[in-house]
This record gives sequence, C-alpha cells and structure tokens, in this order.
Amino acid sequence: MNSPPKIGVVSCSGEGCVEGTLSRVATRLVLERLRPDNTVTICLPLFLTGEKGERMFAKYFPTIAVDGCEKKCAEKAIEKYSGKTAHSIVVINLLNEWYVEKPGSRRNLDEKGMKVASRIADEVVAVIDDLFKSGKWRRHANI
Amino acid sequence: MTELIFIIPCSGIGKAFGTISREATYQVVEDLRKGETDTLCLSLLVIGDEDSNHLVQSHRCIAIDGCPLECAKKNLQLAGAKLTTNFRVVDLLKEHQNLKPKNITFLDQEGRELAKLLADQIAAKIDELNRGEIDS
Repeated sequence: MNSPPKIGVVSCSGEGCVEGTLSRVATRLVLERLRPDNTVTICLPLFLTGEKGERMFAKYFPTIAVDGCEKKCAEKAIEKYSGKTAHSIVVINLLNEWYVEKPGSRRNLDEKGMKVASRIADEVVAVIDDLFKSGKWRRHANI
Repeated sequence: MTELIFIIPCSGIGKAFGTISREATYQVVEDLRKGETDTLCLSLLVIGDEDSNHLVQSHRCIAIDGCPLECAKKNLQLAGAKLTTNFRVVDLLKEHQNLKPKNITFLDQEGRELAKLLADQIAAKIDELNRGEIDS
C-alpha cells in the first residue's frame, strides 16, 4: 500500500516574539489536527547542525515555510541548506492584511491568540490543498 | 547590576522535549530571573543574523536543549557564543522517570512539572554564575 503524499511544513518557531509562537502553534495545528496524514515537519536548527539527511528534507518533500517576521528565518534556512520552498507564509504580513492585533504574550496564547493561530493554520491548509490540486506537489517532490 | 545572560532554547517542534525547553526558558526569563536574563530566536542564529550573533558573542549564554541532538548548544557554538553551560530535557527525564509528557503544542501536567524543575535548575545555575562560583 502506498503511503499518502507528504508536504513539509517548517515553522521558524521563534522564541523571542509572539509571531514565532503563532507560527509554531499554527504549524502544530496543521500537523496534529487539520492535515495529519499529509504533513511532516522538522526542527529548523537541524538544517544547520543535523546530519546530511536533514538537508535532504526539502528535496524529499515540497516544503512550506511558516515565518513569524520579515527576517524569514525558516524560508532562508530551508533554501540555504536544503532546497527551494514551494511556498512561504509570513505571519506578521497576514496580521497586517487582516487588521488583526498581535496577541500580547509570546508564552501562552489566549483565546483571541488561538483564533489567530487557527486562521493562520487555515492559510497553510489552503496552500497544501492547492499544491495537491494543481499538481505542483509532484514538481516539488521531484516526481 | 549583573550582566544579562541569554537563555536559548532549542526550537524543537516535533516532540514535547522542545516545548519543555521553551517553557522552562520563559519561566526563567519572564518570572524567576526577570531582568537578569533574556532570550532570542535560535532561528536567527541558524541564518547567521549579525545582530543576534553579536548578542550571543558579547553575553554569557546558556543552551537549553530538548533532545540529544543539542541544536541550541551546537548553533551557539557555531555562532561563536560565550556558552557557559547547557541543559538537556532528556537528562531531566532520566532523573524523573515517573513523569511522561505527551502533549507537544501545549504541555500537559507532567510536561509542566518537568518545565518547572528545569527552570529551577537554570535559575540556580544563573545564581552560581553571578556569584562567580563557576567559570563563565
């Protein structure tokens, strides 16, 4: 039996700011609840410190970068160490586009913060579904 | 006034260990040793951000890793940081085998207990560093 196709979702996980928390929680929501059968992830620092296997990640899986801020650490790290991203999402840009205020705490998201994280997760899911529907998934997966 | 110490967790996202390292860091930076410590995004070191590299090179740092791959420690070393010591959640788990954290996104009770234990250990180490009891 073939395993379902996978897409890599890589969060910046930025500990220093609330946008990093939103990127991480949104990514976990996609992995655990929204598309558990079709997604995988990797801890971002492994691109620099891991073995060669980690650096093959974006070659094996079409990869979506979920970054908190304009520094785009996830996108830059993936493209520097592993391969071209299939898509990139920047949380702060989405918040500006939606006229949504940043949640107050980077440590714990309150109810309002969780709603924002869910909305970001829905954006990631829309990208995943588009990659599958459009067939771009195959191109990025080197199939 | 004591010199600021940077506490850098590992950014782990695949297991509860990374979440524990992050929560312990926040407990230290925001509660236990607020004003004496700070944190920054490990991912900034991964991409070689100059400002972040300068901060870890000019301040004492403590790495908090979830698993034996030690991403925080290794990235700090690669950035030329003043790394004074490091902690690993996996080591804490060996000492407290009755605690089995499962949730990743938000810690369950056992994960929170481990994070508190780790935060207390980090705070104690900061006090030792500030008293000059260990080399920095």
